[in-house]
Amino acid sequence: MAVILHEEFKVERNDYSNAGKISSRVKDFLKQIGVNPKTLRRIAVACYEAEINLVIHSDGGMVYMDVMDDGSIQLTFEDVGPGIPDLEKALTPGFSTASNEARNLGFGAGMGLPNIKRVSDGFDITSSPEGTTLKLSFTDRNE
Amino acid sequence: MNIKNLIEQTGWKLATEKADLNTEIEGVYCGDLLSWVMGNGEPGQAWITVQVHMNIVAVAKLREFSCILIADNANLTPEIIDRAEGEEIAIIETGIPVFESARKLIELGV
Repeated sequence: MAVILHEEFKVERNDYSNAGKISSRVKDFLKQIGVNPKTLRRIAVACYEAEINLVIHSDGGMVYMDVMDDGSIQLTFEDVGPGIPDLEKALTPGFSTASNEARNLGFGAGMGLPNIKRVSDGFDITSSPEGTTLKLSFTDRNE
Repeated sequence: MNIKNLIEQTGWKLATEKADLNTEIEGVYCGDLLSWVMGNGEPGQAWITVQVHMNIVAVAKLREFSCILIADNANLTPEIIDRAEGEEIAIIETGIPVFESARKLIELGV
């Protein structure tokens, strides 16, 4: 599989007021190239949640969007730490380690990773104190 | 029902000047936890919340809500309104609690 479109975006730690902008841009890009609306919605949910995770939990990182020649879409979220101590817990609906500041802004429902896993076709996460990498893939389909 | 009809029939205040008032409202979602709203909302719904933060605009845009209804006189800031106008998301202030806002929408058949 070859990449036919690549975009990358930087996410700053604790930049709450800009959170969601990258997801909007990713969605706009994919809309322009004709990705199915239902696929777009799944990608928007996943991208938003993962972007927010980088803002509220990480020390900052990058978002990479790749459109492949078979029409599938891959999103990769890479941060520079501090890592997720217990991945199993982090994937449990309702479990959250968000700060009070984040919770006061309506984040920290503990639904981020569970939402992402539910809407994506491929989900792979690795984490260490040096950083977390989340790789998602989506097959474009009208269902 | 579209946003223009809703404002006419409720007297609620449209906070955003730039918005497409012909946008159809298809159902309602109530919630303040953003991930919960993101995970469970449906396109076209009016979203009732007391969450007043820049990020509600991103959620509404990405979730394709028809509009945001701010209940209970929660303190909407000019920055949020600016962002919403930039993204063409209508924000309406109901001035009454979430439950009363939802009841009004039910009475109107939304």
